[in-house]
Amino acid sequence: MRIGIDVGGTNTDAVLLDGRQVLASIKTSTTADVTSGIVAAIDGLQRQCAFDPADVRAVMIGTTHFINALVEAHRLAPTAAVRLSLPAGASLPPMVDWPQRLVDAVSGRSYLVHGGHEFDGRHIAELDEAELRKAAEDMGAHGVRSVAITSVFSPVNAEFEARAAEIIAAQLPDVAISLSHEIGRIGLLERENATVINAALRELAAHIVDGLAASVSGAGITAPLYLSQNDGTLMDVDFARRYPVATFASGPTNSMRGAAVLSGLDTCAVVDVGGTTSDVGVLQQGFPREATTDVSVAGIRTNFRMPDVLSIGIGGGSRVRGSAVGPDSVGYELTSKALVFGGDTLTATDIAVAAGRAEIGDPGLVAHLDREVVRGALGRIAADVADVVERMRTSAEPLPVVAVGGGSVLLPDELAGAGAVHRPDNHAVANAIGAAIAQIGGEVDRVYAIEPGRREAVVDEAKQEAVDRAIAAGASPASVGIVDFDEVPIPYLPGNATRIRVKAVGDLQLGA
Amino acid sequence: MREITTGHLTDIARGAAILGTGGGGDPYIGRLLASAALREHGPVPLVPLDEVGDDAVVLPVAMMGAPTVMVEKLPSAEQVGLAARTLAGYLGKELTHIACAEAGGVNSLIPVVAAAQLGLPLVDGDGMGRAFPELQMVLPTLYGIRATPMSIADEKGNRGVLDTVDNHWAERLARSATIDMGCSAMISNYAMSGAQARESLVAGTLTLCAELGAAVREARAAHTDPVAAVVARLRGRVLFAGKVVDVARRTVSGFARGEARLSGMDADAGAEMVLKFQNEHLVAERDGIPQASVPDLICCLDRESGEAVTTEGLRYGQRVTVIAAPADPRWHTPEGIELAGPRYFGYDIDPVGVAAA
Repeated sequence: MRIGIDVGGTNTDAVLLDGRQVLASIKTSTTADVTSGIVAAIDGLQRQCAFDPADVRAVMIGTTHFINALVEAHRLAPTAAVRLSLPAGASLPPMVDWPQRLVDAVSGRSYLVHGGHEFDGRHIAELDEAELRKAAEDMGAHGVRSVAITSVFSPVNAEFEARAAEIIAAQLPDVAISLSHEIGRIGLLERENATVINAALRELAAHIVDGLAASVSGAGITAPLYLSQNDGTLMDVDFARRYPVATFASGPTNSMRGAAVLSGLDTCAVVDVGGTTSDVGVLQQGFPREATTDVSVAGIRTNFRMPDVLSIGIGGGSRVRGSAVGPDSVGYELTSKALVFGGDTLTATDIAVAAGRAEIGDPGLVAHLDREVVRGALGRIAADVADVVERMRTSAEPLPVVAVGGGSVLLPDELAGAGAVHRPDNHAVANAIGAAIAQIGGEVDRVYAIEPGRREAVVDEAKQEAVDRAIAAGASPASVGIVDFDEVPIPYLPGNATRIRVKAVGDLQLGA
Repeated sequence: MREITTGHLTDIARGAAILGTGGGGDPYIGRLLASAALREHGPVPLVPLDEVGDDAVVLPVAMMGAPTVMVEKLPSAEQVGLAARTLAGYLGKELTHIACAEAGGVNSLIPVVAAAQLGLPLVDGDGMGRAFPELQMVLPTLYGIRATPMSIADEKGNRGVLDTVDNHWAERLARSATIDMGCSAMISNYAMSGAQARESLVAGTLTLCAELGAAVREARAAHTDPVAAVVARLRGRVLFAGKVVDVARRTVSGFARGEARLSGMDADAGAEMVLKFQNEHLVAERDGIPQASVPDLICCLDRESGEAVTTEGLRYGQRVTVIAAPADPRWHTPEGIELAGPRYFGYDIDPVGVAAA
């Protein structure tokens, strides 16, 4: 048995799974301390389906806690950004394009030091260790508790970041150190931003991860604990302490992956209809397709891997005027404003009830609605959602649609151009089920100089490295496969420089 | 626009990306560098081309190398000024104006950095009216203005001056030096007098970039079609609306060549467009028939936002509108076509022009 828990801003959802069978599922309120909500959720599962804690083989948690801490600029550690780049890069120092309130919230200090690599691995300058020691001294004097180290072209060669970490750790043994090559890809400012954010969250991560572990062991469960990452794979608690940024997009990812499991489709479009918006994403072989553009988080430009999600303003709370639906919504006031709850605002939920698609509130209160208005609104919703699904398609191949979320009753059984809409059971806890899918990944993203006739060998080498990384992270070797491969030649560079990205994923090797 | 302030930079960057015709590099770093330079040194005076005096000493500056490298090894502001100062020193002349070599992408903003750093006015004009991949592909070449002597500078303080027998040699040697310098070098070339600048440059480039950027911004704010606003400002026309269904890329001697296939939407449903590119978009074919080609501008814009989509950023599933706009008429002379027409890029077709709307 496994337990999957999704801690959202409002709800904490949990499921108890045996293989892919849902034995119990529960929704509770998220608590300010996160942990008591988890204890309540595990208790709720126990009440629904009594289980022996010793039979639980793993607990997986998805949480939006860290991204919320950044957005709210709350509990961020005093952080220093160290950039190994001089004589390059001085004109645009670390955190140059950040909102000032977040620079203040991390008490951001920055240090530029000689070092870094060229695109082909040559040194821009030798690492200046004396300069670095002086910087470390200054950090110590200013109470810096977490350090982000970013070296130019560290995704090509990380030696300077590793050496700088040794030097700083020797001088400041108690600070947490985050290295950019472990966090982001090519694109210095974006990778550095992600690394500084990660560094600022390290103390909170240690605290939260300890709390999660305590609440799980408090329930008598001794199985290992994992956290979900942006791409839907898992990380163990030690990794989560070091890389809290890797949880940032786990919410939508888990919801999509859960929908895939529930429907038995691993390549599909998932439409998650909430109160205010419908979010549409695409799963390929069970993993969300990633956004290709840089992503701003709390006003900071980063290059995290984030799922590609397109949202439109149609949800259960959307206001209906004539045949127009949304984009404004009554939101959390649905239960007082919607007609079916005795309110005075016509919402999409009222339309669904009037059409007999859902039984919510008092259907008698919408019995008077003009059939034409109901038909018109449903037609508009179907057309708008179909359009978004169509926009997310990447090929002419048929793409099945899976609908989840409380508002999914608004969707028709067939979408124009997409065919039948799948509505799996238990869709309200799809996110917790997504968290419980036990898979582990390994990734390579690097620029290779490909000599003539060597392309296949280089590609094989990259693939093997991704597989090895997945196995090292805890995947069962027999189950590891390549799920994503991308090869982009880089213009204006000699020697057929090509950026290769490979992702390998396998099932979590569960202990006996 | 008589001066450039930090408030203009977002519009200029957005407009420059459109004139980049798919290439020219992400203007983001250029915008940040320009913003830092303007904050430090104050606004840069912008001089209309026709007000540049005969005896002015005008130096275009540009970034040479790989945009992919520039986003990782960030250039320094000093490096930009150093390239211009080095060339002025070699020429033994007092530099009076900075100019843009190309209108597209990052290279519309690098000269702003140089002008701010050196405390000089910037000429509102450029050498192409668009972006092209090679150094000799500028209108001054048609006027017999030599690319060299040219200077090249890296962030370490290394600098060089090349004096070559023709502009193709300048491209070749500068390319080698750029690679050794780590693929993110600053150059200054095509030194010219004010009289030569007035004759050979395309006027109003930075104003055009700012106006294009503003047109997109304002159309979005007013919920009108930003693509239509761009087409109107460029006096171009819409070639095709569609979805990217296939992108094939390969690197040939340092250039990313490739093709994107678009499947038509709305009025173009059922038709197919193929975009052929080498960093920039070169030829647009509809159902096998060329609709536009270099030297005219072929721009691929996000259908909703009106933002330029670079050839590197082309991905399956994007919904784009392809537009074409007339290049400066001098590109359509036999000499202009020879320098940057389809045959130079290896496409055996006559150039397909877009008449100004």
